Amino acid sequence: MSVNKQTKPDSQEHLAYLKKVKQKRIAVRITQVAILLIFLALWELAAQLKWIDAFITSQPSRIWNTLVNLHDTGDLYMHVSVTLYETVIGFTLGTLLGTTIAIILWWSDFISKVADPYLVVLNSLPKVALGPIIIVWIGAGTKAIITMALLVSIIVTVIGVLNGFLDVSPDKIKLLRTFGASNIQVLTKVVLPASIPTIISALKINVGMSWVGVIVGEFLVSRAGLGYLAVYGGQVFQLDLVMTSVAILLVSATLMYQGVAWLEKRYLKWRL
Amino acid sequence: MNQQSIVALDKVSLNYHSLEGETPALKGICMNVFKGEFIGIVGPSGCGKTTILSLIAGLMRPTSGQVFVEGREVDGPSSEVGYMLQQDHLFEWRTIRQNVLLGLEIQDKLNKESKEHTDHLLETYGLADFRNHYPQQLSGGMRQRVALIRTLAVNPEVLLLDEPFSALDYQTRLALSDEVANIIRKEQKTALLVTHDISEAISMSDRVLVLSKRPGTIKSNHLIQLSGENRSPVELRKAPEFREYFNTIWKELDVHVS
Repeated sequence: MSVNKQTKPDSQEHLAYLKKVKQKRIAVRITQVAILLIFLALWELAAQLKWIDAFITSQPSRIWNTLVNLHDTGDLYMHVSVTLYETVIGFTLGTLLGTTIAIILWWSDFISKVADPYLVVLNSLPKVALGPIIIVWIGAGTKAIITMALLVSIIVTVIGVLNGFLDVSPDKIKLLRTFGASNIQVLTKVVLPASIPTIISALKINVGMSWVGVIVGEFLVSRAGLGYLAVYGGQVFQLDLVMTSVAILLVSATLMYQGVAWLEKRYLKWRL
Repeated sequence: MNQQSIVALDKVSLNYHSLEGETPALKGICMNVFKGEFIGIVGPSGCGKTTILSLIAGLMRPTSGQVFVEGREVDGPSSEVGYMLQQDHLFEWRTIRQNVLLGLEIQDKLNKESKEHTDHLLETYGLADFRNHYPQQLSGGMRQRVALIRTLAVNPEVLLLDEPFSALDYQTRLALSDEVANIIRKEQKTALLVTHDISEAISMSDRVLVLSKRPGTIKSNHLIQLSGENRSPVELRKAPEFREYFNTIWKELDVHVS
């Protein structure tokens, strides 16, 4: 009675269907790459032919040269590692603390009801506005930047994860109770594992949030990092530097997001 | 059948409280279930059938009266009582074997012996080949069978079945009720089945209790004696007495569509 896939050889019709699906996928991918290449080529061309002022808009070849320079002096890796370090720490702390708070709120209905309005207000507050306070309290440095990243990501994590916990079917919990499960067992055997998909989608949002926090933090206080590079470039009117740091940011943030997506695939194999 | 009472309810009443007010769900329920019996409980929607099971399982306390399992007053869930819900609620992130071991894990009874017993159950009831599959790979009927084995794995004396077939299509339902009845008889368990389906109750049970509308009281008690060599519920439905029982119970349920 299993619904496993049949293993008999595919018919002509089925092969044709598979081919069509594959062709469509390739067409989408080609178009995606083409758009990027055309955009870069037009940008370069427009700058070469002086349609636009490359001093203000920069251009792909200049970005490439800046990148090579940064690579040669080794600055590239210094800035990337500073920012990456801050983001990973902020992201990890935000996730761990956020999940812990969500567990506390799930555990105690009373605390959860009391905390509700505060969460709503904190969630709508633009955390960036707290920047000056953080600098005064914590000092201008890496700690302030990590705190910023933490602040930006934590409330979203709490709300996202808590909603995941509350979505777990009450009957699943009832089932555990009939076996005589304790609260801890309900948490570890059903609530946490059942919420892993929600937690992971919270993580995905969190990656973006941590980058926002770190870059804003670096705008405000830092001496190094990609955010610092962008701001510095703006101040000395070197748009090449600004564009380059944005380009590096794009790649780093994407890689980190893909990392989380990879985790999702790896740990959710039961979702077939 | 020896007449040893294994589940007893003594003048049990229960009220539900909500902001809108107080709802009496059960009123003065007295019943005895004897070892090895299969009891069917039928009644109109909302008459408190499921509440009776929750009380026996120790998930709720009665407002007044007492509930006994094996002579001891119930004061919480115990391993003597197994509960099977309407949906199978298999955990998608666990394999079939891990799902079946869940109860043992919670009761901290995982050992070589209990694992062997569980594997033996899986094998006896045709699920050994699927032990490493995930629930999504199984059909509805099989999943409910896994749920039964999960309940049996902790070796309860009493099984509470809360409309366990109602989420299945008709054919699967018939086949599975047959199978479940056989499994329960073979494992020599006592069972209480709550259902909407009068035929299901008559064909599977030794005794059918009919509940009244809310607040639920026991309206009648039918000893079911169907003639036939074969004790399988599907075959028993063909017994000449079946119709009579059905008509009597149907009348007592007093169903109006209005």
